[in-house]
Amino acid sequence: MTIFSRRGLIGVGAGGLLVSGCDRLSGSMGANAFVAKAERATYGWQRLIGGQTLAQEFTAADISPIFKANGSTDLKDDDYRRHVDEGFANWRLKIDGLVARPLSLSLADLRRLAARTQITRHDCVEGWSAIGQWTGPQLGPILKAAGLLPTANYVVFHCADNYGGEISKGGAQSTGLYYESVDLADAFHPQTIVATEMNGKPLTVAHGAPCRMRIERQLGYKQAKYVMRIEAVDSFAHMELGKGGYWEDRGYEWYAGI
Amino acid sequence: MASLADTPIDLGADLPSAAPPGRVYTRHGVVTRLCHWINVACIGFLIASGLNIFNAHPSLYWGNFGADADDNRRWFEIGAMDDAAGKAVGITRIGDVHITTTGVLGLNRASNGQLQQQGFPDWLTFPSNRDLATARRWHFFFAWLFILNGLTYLIYGLVTRHLQDEIWPKLKQLAPANLWHDIVSHAKLQFPRGQADKHYHILQRLAYSGMIFVLLPLMIVTGLSMSPGFNAALGGFLPSLFGGRASARSIHFITMDLTIAFIVIHVAMVILAGPYNQLRSMITGRYDVGPEPTARKDRP
Ligand code: HEM
Repeated sequence: MTIFSRRGLIGVGAGGLLVSGCDRLSGSMGANAFVAKAERATYGWQRLIGGQTLAQEFTAADISPIFKANGSTDLKDDDYRRHVDEGFANWRLKIDGLVARPLSLSLADLRRLAARTQITRHDCVEGWSAIGQWTGPQLGPILKAAGLLPTANYVVFHCADNYGGEISKGGAQSTGLYYESVDLADAFHPQTIVATEMNGKPLTVAHGAPCRMRIERQLGYKQAKYVMRIEAVDSFAHMELGKGGYWEDRGYEWYAGI
Repeated sequence: MASLADTPIDLGADLPSAAPPGRVYTRHGVVTRLCHWINVACIGFLIASGLNIFNAHPSLYWGNFGADADDNRRWFEIGAMDDAAGKAVGITRIGDVHITTTGVLGLNRASNGQLQQQGFPDWLTFPSNRDLATARRWHFFFAWLFILNGLTYLIYGLVTRHLQDEIWPKLKQLAPANLWHDIVSHAKLQFPRGQADKHYHILQRLAYSGMIFVLLPLMIVTGLSMSPGFNAALGGFLPSLFGGRASARSIHFITMDLTIAFIVIHVAMVILAGPYNQLRSMITGRYDVGPEPTARKDRP
């Protein structure tokens, strides 16, 4: 019996040491910065083999019966509520930043542009996925119409969504406004659309009315909802906490291709 | 542990003694040894961070997709609920089988002693607190290291013919009589000694080949099947191969379970066969095959 309890004690002791050792490792800034370098390897490798290939598209029969609405599903913001009440008649999507001709597009303008419809799978960072059909104009031609300047490296999506809440990694607090950014390869990808319809109907508030991004080669948190402004920038280092997105400021990878 | 303690293993028999020449030889090359221990670190971090990632959505589905509302596709879940008496219990469900796993899975204690609703407990995950962002970063770092390390091992093994000669099962060894002999002697905890111990026997070859050529590659490709960027690069080929992304995620989880099963048996065998000699062979390369068995017929 004693041998068992002694073994048990050694086991618990070793386990405890292992956990506290791991805690020191996961709490170390240096170690975390080091493992974070893998993101560059993934990004470089996927861009190298990926080119402009399309994400898999499905048929209407494959669509999820219920497409989970995640993140904000309703906004309290007064301006946004007014837009909802007005049926987004006075809502405008701004295209600005490093462009020659800033644009201000109404929902009707967006719907007049040549639209792309695609049935794709939405992969959430948490592990679940859902298939839905999205319709809207491609982002590439819009950026071209605005005269994207050669100095632009990224496109930032600013949202009406004050997601607030969760404190960022390191404890610094940002405004909590949802934003996201992608490189020009994804901005000009044929499946990158400003979706105004989901499953053949105008986007509901839960899914980001009046428009949300579809960036089909990346995870769900890149699919910004309630987009109000699309800004071309050379760098996002000066924005919020400088990591290029709401979840990025909270420790998630900027390149969400995995 | 009881069975382990009861087995007649003589830990001392395994300690270095003045072995006659020819008994001690270099069993493992330096590349094999390095790759093995880097791999152990990778698998350890991959599993622990993977369990943390799993905790973000502790359900598995079959098919192309799966989320909260897709009850008909969900075949595995870990959760907590109130039992008939109104007491919170941890439940793990596999198909139609519900298992109460309070204290470990579904409902377990945080480091502050508080009961929490969480898939796998803190002491099994990396980091020990629930932190999807950090867990993902460590998971992908070790996934890269695991793949590069595995490729190094494979190329080295092919070039030196270590894989062909020492790991791949030999047709002759697959003869039912030999297989049966090996199974019986393992069950009796009799391991080959002497010259017969210079090469892996058939059960070892099957287990190692299964890991190296089947399970670990499957773990990699099912992992990649969850990457939207990689999937787009291959036009959706990968997840379709496994019946869809949700299926690939399920299979990824199963490969982890099977890897744990391998490790448990593997480490138990190392301990039973003589941990000092075994570990020395994987650290310094030196291995003592021991004295020739006296009254035993040799095997192929
Ligand atoms: C703490 C955990 C582990 C210990 C103590 C351990 C120990 C050992 C030892 C002593 C050997 C040499 C056996 C012999 O020469 O007869 C060995 C070989 C091997 N182990 Fe492990 N091991 C561990 C974990 C793992 C894991 C996680 C894997 C793979 C997932 C693995 C895969 C292998 C393979 C494939 C070989 C054969 C290598 C070759 O000869 O090329 N081991 N291990």
